[in-house]
Amino acid sequence: MAIGTLDTFPKLLMHHAQARGARPAIREKDLGIWQTWTWREFADETRALACGLATEGVKRGDHVALVSDNRPRLYAMMCAVQCLGAVPVPLYQDAVAAEMAFPIQNAAITHAYAEDQEQVDKLLEIQPRCPTLRRIYYDDPRGLRHYPQKELLAYDALRDAGRASLKRDPAFLEGEIAKGSGEDTAAMLFTSGTTATPKGVALTHHALIDRATVAAKLEGLGERDVALAYLPPAWVGQFIFSLAQPFVTGYCICCPESPETVMMDMREIGPTYYFAPPRVLEALLTQVSIRMEDASRLKRWLYRRFMDVAGRVGGALLDGKPVGFFDRILYGLGDLLVYGPLRNVLGMSRVRVAYTAGEAIGPDLFKFYRSIGVNLKQLYGSTETSVFVCIQPDGQVKADTVGPAVPGVELKFTPQRELLIRSPGLFKEYYKNPQATQEAKDAEGWFHTGDAGYFDPDGHVKIIDRVKDVGQLADGTLFAPKYLENKLKFFPFVKEAVCFGQGKDRVCAFINMDMDAVANWAEKRNMPYSGYTDLASRDEVYDLVAGCVERVNADLAQDAELAASQIHRFLILHKELDPDDEELTRTRKVRRGFIAEKYAALLNALYSPARTARVTAQVRYEDGRTGTLSAELKIRDVKTFPPAAAKQAA
Amino acid sequence: MILSVEDVSLAFGGVKALSDVSFDVKEHEIRAIIGPNGAGKSSMLNVLNGVYRPQKGKIRFKEKVFSGMDPHAAAALGIARTFQNIALFKGMSVLDNIMTGRNQRMRCNFLQQAIWLGSAKREELEHRRAVEEIIDFLEIQHIRRTPVGRLPYGLQKCVELGRALAAEPRLLLLDEPMAGMNLEEKQDMCRFVLDVNDQFGTTIVLIEHDMGVVMDISNRVVVLDYGRKIADGTPEEVRKDQKVIDAYLGLAH
Repeated sequence: MAIGTLDTFPKLLMHHAQARGARPAIREKDLGIWQTWTWREFADETRALACGLATEGVKRGDHVALVSDNRPRLYAMMCAVQCLGAVPVPLYQDAVAAEMAFPIQNAAITHAYAEDQEQVDKLLEIQPRCPTLRRIYYDDPRGLRHYPQKELLAYDALRDAGRASLKRDPAFLEGEIAKGSGEDTAAMLFTSGTTATPKGVALTHHALIDRATVAAKLEGLGERDVALAYLPPAWVGQFIFSLAQPFVTGYCICCPESPETVMMDMREIGPTYYFAPPRVLEALLTQVSIRMEDASRLKRWLYRRFMDVAGRVGGALLDGKPVGFFDRILYGLGDLLVYGPLRNVLGMSRVRVAYTAGEAIGPDLFKFYRSIGVNLKQLYGSTETSVFVCIQPDGQVKADTVGPAVPGVELKFTPQRELLIRSPGLFKEYYKNPQATQEAKDAEGWFHTGDAGYFDPDGHVKIIDRVKDVGQLADGTLFAPKYLENKLKFFPFVKEAVCFGQGKDRVCAFINMDMDAVANWAEKRNMPYSGYTDLASRDEVYDLVAGCVERVNADLAQDAELAASQIHRFLILHKELDPDDEELTRTRKVRRGFIAEKYAALLNALYSPARTARVTAQVRYEDGRTGTLSAELKIRDVKTFPPAAAKQAA
Repeated sequence: MILSVEDVSLAFGGVKALSDVSFDVKEHEIRAIIGPNGAGKSSMLNVLNGVYRPQKGKIRFKEKVFSGMDPHAAAALGIARTFQNIALFKGMSVLDNIMTGRNQRMRCNFLQQAIWLGSAKREELEHRRAVEEIIDFLEIQHIRRTPVGRLPYGLQKCVELGRALAAEPRLLLLDEPMAGMNLEEKQDMCRFVLDVNDQFGTTIVLIEHDMGVVMDISNRVVVLDYGRKIADGTPEEVRKDQKVIDAYLGLAH
């Protein structure tokens, strides 16, 4: 396939319609049956829509907003917009109306596509603030029959108008598609605006096609692969997996029937190429664990027995490392009895390549999937880099790194440990925000990620924190609080952790125990307690948490860069950190500075020889009243490991 | 006028459940029947679809006059209903339960069904499609294969509505469709009722205790008290009616 001349997505689509016209391009479960569009049908639908949009006045350089769940019609619409040289701007379908106003104003959007009444209502709500918006197309007519607004037009009407226009002037669209070039913007994706106003990231056809091709080659993706499209289309990952990569390789994507049926649909489809953020993988594992608890004794015994085997040798087998003969036999038996059926229940029987990314993944969670034979790997990238920056190659998968650079990507770290990226997949600009563009992308073309990390001895990238949060201990060694906190939070007994050490000689931590997990644990041991504060102050619970912290320390000691930031002392807080008390943000991120100020007495005690610390704190109840709570908190020293000794042990 | 009830009286031995109740239902409207406990609301619904036969009075449905319906005739005429206490087949899947609602529309005989060739197969596919459309309409795809007994109450109510809809009724009788639901479920159910009314043009008679719901979605309201009609009119009229206020809030003796 000569990708060189096929430098835009519409050209790729027309190519597939020729080269593999009868192969499935996109499926959707509708009325209980999987309905398929072949590449030829996909291209025909797209052509008709594009002509329809042209008659509606969409021109080269315009922006068109799309708010929809994953549906074949959404993707046809996106590509139709691209056919005309206009730019699709997918928006998060679960965003509230107010959040949609900024992108529409920013990009001066005139035409929008909405999946159903819910999305139409949101667009109509913000229309007074977005005077440019003059046309809304909708797919599902349910509930919209009596809407008097003249802006509304049904998808079917648009397509039919387009078909008629295509018949009158078939050459027009060919010309428009041919006019497109790789340097045109293929999509504009808005970054989430948790910290500031959102920024529209403009990505070119060239950038997206280049990265999608390189990654597909690395994993050997082809037209026989199948992927499930179930994450928001406005997120760059879903855009890559359900538009860019299928358009490059010709694989088929499947749209679930509804968000609630994703698990069942996945089992029916059996994707070969899968992406899931850690929280989805965790939810799946929880479901499995709960169902195993309810299983018969024999099954539970088999599960435990064979999961031990899998934990020991499963990962090594997947990596192609040598494994003893007897273990191979055992694993084979386990595959027949446990792992195979388990993969089937998870819908992962046919998965060849699975990625996870977005946030740190717990090593146990990661190893679980690999041990049962699912080739789960980590991936690093962002909207600005067309996703693919680092991928773990088969056979070199580690739980705590994101792998080496993908071919074509240059990486380097600044002295402040910020990761810089130069890649053909870099974004063109932040739309209408040259200042932000300049700040993010310097004159030499390096993109400043804002992520801090370093190369491990094998040349894999290890991301530890955001640059602005990374500090130094008194002796100048690296201190990455969030990295430590995440490591602690991977234990089920730890709900939140707050690590301190900036400018100090050692690291200390506040721990928030997870009430559900610890209460359950206490119940199994017949430990009576009167409430949260009481349970949190128990020596047994301190022992439990100290064990977790110790394991983190042992782990840190293995790493030359981080050995110095082992946690020396900790205390368990008497109450749960709460957004209502301003200790957490609304998205549940710890506000380290605020907590340090609020609990200054505790913090000082941690850095003094004291064995206990007294806390008197204001708490705000849910009805708005405030009260005071006072408690005597114990402080516990934890065993730390010398870095050298740990290396010898490893 | 799709339905009118004229001077209907119903007694169980000495207990007078309904006495001389008359009201009418216009084509395409949502008509609510309200009243305190034991006012005769469910009895009225049971008279309408033929479960009870009134001792006196007439029912006029689509210009035909009946002194009493019987359930099969009512179903054949296009009257479907849901029950206050859910009456589904607990061990059957959602899909199969809704499929039973198509019962009246199945034409093939037992033998044809057993062989499942030609017309029987075509018919089944046609019915399945209709059922799937209802599942799509009620947004319950995720429980299609789940046995009804395993579902939470709110969803069972939804399935029951689905089964009634499967009969493609002209007149839909809903007996407390929102009882025991939380606010969100109620909102969903309201939307379904309004959508059914709007999209399929189905006339709806519903009994409901939640006054907010009744006032919001119904076009006209009948108020019963001790088996007698004490008020009839738009929600605003009924709300202001002194007799209704007395019946609901009690009267100083």
